[in-house]
Amino acid sequence: MFKPSHFAAVVLFALFTSVVFAITQRDTPRRMVNFGVYCFVLFVGSAVLLSWLMFAIAR
Amino acid sequence: MGTPENKIVPAAQTSGFVYLPLIAGWLVPGAGHFLLGKWKRGALLAASIVGMFGLGLAMQGHLYNGAHDVLEILGLVGDLGNGLLFLACRALDLGADQVQMTTADYGTRFIVVAGLLNVIAAVDAHNLRTGRKS
Repeated sequence: MFKPSHFAAVVLFALFTSVVFAITQRDTPRRMVNFGVYCFVLFVGSAVLLSWLMFAIAR
Repeated sequence: MGTPENKIVPAAQTSGFVYLPLIAGWLVPGAGHFLLGKWKRGALLAASIVGMFGLGLAMQGHLYNGAHDVLEILGLVGDLGNGLLFLACRALDLGADQVQMTTADYGTRFIVVAGLLNVIAAVDAHNLRTGRKS
């Protein structure tokens, strides 16, 4: 059984989703790469930010 | 005259069954793009969707099989987006019966999102087929 950490699960989710978004939402390879990186950073960044926010609220 | 929104589509591209890439892409991830000769895009889509579905199963994710309440119906719709992957795994009785830990809950979401991404990929193949996208 595969048991990733919470962060590893976020990174895997962001990776697969960003690849599909990039290929389906942009026309040229260069724009696909840019959009994929943008989506990946937004997914992971927002997850980290929200995690710290919830940590602060919980305290 | 062709504009970016209204491109001129080659005659060879408009002949045949227009919905074939859409249906093939839904049944088998990436197959819609393979049919159109977009091998790299199809391979990346297939790897991402099958990878996400496989990781969901490996995390002991749950495959929805009934429609007892609204949330289960939505989960089933998402799972059905995986096409033959979902049907084959249901037939083989793969996936956990009940979600008992956090990673299994993540796995269930991975499987549902893989199905939704596959629908997006299949629609993209249809847009390529009709010439709406290049």
